[in-house]
Amino acid sequence: MPELVRIQQEDFSIDDEVKKVMAVSKGIGGVTIFLGAGRDFSKGESITGLDFEHYPGMAEKKLADIRERALRNFNIIEMGIVHRVGKIDIGENIVLIVAASAHRNDAFMACEWAITELKRTTPIWKRETTGKGDVWVSETP
Amino acid sequence: MVTVRFFAMLKGLAKTEVKEYEISGPITVGELKELIKKDFPALAGLIDSRSLLVSVNQEFASRTTPVKDGDEVGFLPPFSGG
Repeated sequence: MPELVRIQQEDFSIDDEVKKVMAVSKGIGGVTIFLGAGRDFSKGESITGLDFEHYPGMAEKKLADIRERALRNFNIIEMGIVHRVGKIDIGENIVLIVAASAHRNDAFMACEWAITELKRTTPIWKRETTGKGDVWVSETP
Repeated sequence: MVTVRFFAMLKGLAKTEVKEYEISGPITVGELKELIKKDFPALAGLIDSRSLLVSVNQEFASRTTPVKDGDEVGFLPPFSGG
């Protein structure tokens, strides 16, 4: 189901993404989402904008791999992952993870695991625009 | 021909996104790093950093992974997605 996992420049609708995941099964009883958004500060600096770069092909493959492993290792029914690239304003959506399961605890656990794994294994890089110029972020907390 | 791709801050330091290398036979990622250090002195300090990951044909690789004609090698600074 490739449309559930993708990288795109344009914004996404949280509602539409949740509906897509929920359409997979009537057995879904709980949905957890993680939404990452553009924050206006980093390490004490004011941030006025963000720009994300990815490794085309490899980044998509890593996201698909996270979904497959989540389905295998957690008791969830479906997972959707959308990450934006390109210029993103402060307050805008960056990334969305939707985890759906019969019972809430499985969805919470899979969602938390998936965003941590995304930050660890997916070749995506963030550049922040600060008062001192543009800075590549080399580590994600 | 081996295609080397630089990403994020490496791209800025190398002043290019892509560099192609003619190789006469298979080499290792470690040997390719030595070629890159000669061609891009600005990358010399980063290229051996433990936090820098390398991919061969979009799969994570190690210093001993073989690189052959037609391969694509990515030099990947620490990720900051999400």
